[in-house]
Amino acid sequence: MTKPLVATGHFTGCFGCHMSLLDIDERILDLVQLVEFDKSPINDIKTFNRPVDIGIIEGGVSNSENVEFLREFRKYCKILVAIGSCALTGGVPAMRNTVPLKECLQEAYLDGPTIVNGVIPNDPELPILLDRVYPCHEVVKIDYFLPGCPPSGDTLFNAIVALLKGDALALPYELVKYD
Amino acid sequence: MAEDMRSLVNQTVERFGKDRHRLMDIARALHARLGYLSEETIGHTAQALGIHRVEVRDMVSFYSFFSRKKQGKTVIHLCNAVVERMKGADAVGRAFERELGIHFGETTPDDAITLHHTACIGLSDQAPSALINGIPFTNLKPEDVPGIVKAIREGEDMLNMPQAEVDSNVRRPGEVIFAPMERGAAIRKAINMTPESVINEINKGRLRGRGGAGFPTAMKWDFCRKAKGNAHYLVCNADEGEPGTFKDRAILQECPDLVFEGMTVAGYAIGAREGIMYLRGEYEYLLPSLERVLAKRRHLGLLGENICGCEGFSFNIRIQMGAGAYVCGEESALLESAEGKRGAPRDRPPFPVQKGYKGEPTSVNNVETLCCAARILDRGGEWFASMGSRDSTGTKLLSVSGDCEHPGVYELPYGITVKKLIDMVGASDAQAVQVGGPSGRCLAPKDFGRSISFEDVPTGGSVIIIGPERDLLECVRQFTEFFVEESCGWCVPCRSGTTILLKTLEKVMEGRGSRSDLANLEKLGKTVKTMSRCGLGQTAANPILTTINGFPDLYEARIKHEEYTPAFDFKKALEVGCEAAGRNLELEGIHV
Ligand SMILES: Cc1cc2nc3c(=O)[nH]c(=O)nc-3n(C[C@H](O)[C@H](O)[C@H](O)COP(=O)(O)O)c2cc1C
Ligand code: SF4
Ligand code: SF4
Ligand code: FES
Repeated sequence: MTKPLVATGHFTGCFGCHMSLLDIDERILDLVQLVEFDKSPINDIKTFNRPVDIGIIEGGVSNSENVEFLREFRKYCKILVAIGSCALTGGVPAMRNTVPLKECLQEAYLDGPTIVNGVIPNDPELPILLDRVYPCHEVVKIDYFLPGCPPSGDTLFNAIVALLKGDALALPYELVKYD
Repeated sequence: MAEDMRSLVNQTVERFGKDRHRLMDIARALHARLGYLSEETIGHTAQALGIHRVEVRDMVSFYSFFSRKKQGKTVIHLCNAVVERMKGADAVGRAFERELGIHFGETTPDDAITLHHTACIGLSDQAPSALINGIPFTNLKPEDVPGIVKAIREGEDMLNMPQAEVDSNVRRPGEVIFAPMERGAAIRKAINMTPESVINEINKGRLRGRGGAGFPTAMKWDFCRKAKGNAHYLVCNADEGEPGTFKDRAILQECPDLVFEGMTVAGYAIGAREGIMYLRGEYEYLLPSLERVLAKRRHLGLLGENICGCEGFSFNIRIQMGAGAYVCGEESALLESAEGKRGAPRDRPPFPVQKGYKGEPTSVNNVETLCCAARILDRGGEWFASMGSRDSTGTKLLSVSGDCEHPGVYELPYGITVKKLIDMVGASDAQAVQVGGPSGRCLAPKDFGRSISFEDVPTGGSVIIIGPERDLLECVRQFTEFFVEESCGWCVPCRSGTTILLKTLEKVMEGRGSRSDLANLEKLGKTVKTMSRCGLGQTAANPILTTINGFPDLYEARIKHEEYTPAFDFKKALEVGCEAAGRNLELEGIHV
């Protein structure tokens, strides 16, 4: 029997959620027994070329590239799981939502106290920023959400295993209590 | 100048006995004198009271009637709640904007006039309505606006304006509330009984609270009486803020004596020496006449020491004004506010009957409840219990507004069907009836046979008729917006949940929604209902949940076939990014 395929993606986040995934320590060996990793920053596979069973995504959606890649994930993944505050709500990057984008850029690139001869970056190679930072579920349909900043390695491991086995996810209270 | 202000602050603080609990009154007095509360005023006040300035700022920033920016000499608050907009408040609003040359939230360049929107001010039966420096203006038409603005500019006495009139609008008086009663009759009966037998008489009448929750009044008084404390307090809840409710206004206009009678009887029953009437800021215009009635009652020996010659029974009443916050109607938020703090609900237990005003046992009762109590003492519990339905004795005041021929206040026995009510008020063709205000429920015609009672469809008094031509979802949207505005912000499900509900509803209304959005509305609505701390959050999803249930077709008709639709328009979102960075979607060949 072929092993289920898992892909992971990173959008506007800090990579902390991926770090947390590595925090499952030696259980990563168990995981590799269970699944095969497709596109993921962990193995540096950059493109999808076959359908994937589970997609795990970190980070919110702040620019044109995020939108494009997130749509790609939705297209290729049978099940899409958003993990971490950034993916679920926009998280820390969404703090910019309280200030109009133009003002943010002006402060960062033109008017800040340490700036000399600033310009707002406009190279066509760069993604275009969206007006706000959006949570993933406002861009594509998301099947499951795992909150936390980041969700702990245990939470992620238990959730992935439950998903693979088709079990109901039972997390102990300590893993879902955040304050 | 700075010194003037300091001495004004000091004098004001002195006037209220340098008591931190009276911060609301201090802030109101200073606001009335200065027109706003600057950081400087806040700092001086904190100093004079010996508390930290954040405590003062925290409190001041909470209430919509306190401004921290300089305002015009005259402040106009135009109500833009649902009923008002049915009656043309938008056109009146535009007329004000045109006449003054400013938008809502702004002040004219000569610092003369500030224009604000406000939630229901308890005049829904005489909509469109406004408060101009606290003076109520009713039945406004766009044509009235130039004359009103001219009068303000010329410094005329606004009380003389023809629109400055509030009709109590009692369409149908009943035997409990709007019937005559001799001053002191209930008190004299009470003092010839023990407090326990007073409570027992109320129990015989099976009186339940009229403020919304329907808690048995006798039980509340009994708990309070038995609770240990240094003092007991009786609080009359006259905060009436549920949109479409104005029945307490009618009571305070027509029979204030009955309320004070009820408060005194309650004071006797629970063993209180002090009663507080918490009157919503919007009803400040009623204050002078209420104070006159209180003075009269003191003069007649119905308040003060040894009332009616009853040795040792002393009771006084003071009126505590609010400052514009719906959540302060919630009893624990009301107590916080009456103690001079922001009106954030408390955790319960302990309940107010255990630890209420200043941490002492307190009974909080609605205006109408106290009137019923006075009447029960006068006419007996059995008589009272002979009216109404199985679990709801006596009569209920209903304030009816919206699309009907005869808006106003109706005193009717509990158990009346919605059908009978709408026929009575001239609204037989109603599309829907919102019973209990936004926090209540929206009834579809199939439910018009149901009865107004605790056991079937309860209401604090608000009945809003939504006529056949109305866009019902637009009403639902405005109700939801009201909760977004009024949430105190303490709990996430209420603070964020109400906003997400509103956004999702708007998405559906704009035709961009999908079936999953409807499912999300229901799911999130239930979360907000069950996970919020106080009644505001627990009912905030009701407009959406009850209409999804009663009018599913309205929602179905507006959603797309796709299973999922995104929340926003990518192209528009990217255009903002292009504009900010000086780029161009088309030139760069980017497709969305
Ligand atoms: C958000 C909110 C607003 C309320 N507003 C009022 C009000 O304006 N008047 C009122 O009497 N009760 C109001 N209540 C109910 C009070 O908390 C309390 O139950 C009532 O004053 C008790 O008096 P009763 O037993 O006589 O009804 C409100 C409750 C909530 C949750
Ligand atoms: S949720 Fe927290 S850990 Fe994860 S990407 Fe965002 S900031 Fe980093
Ligand atoms: S439910 Fe809403 S209004 Fe009530 S305490 Fe929570 S945030 Fe405040
Ligand atoms: S006064 Fe405007 S709706 Fe009640």
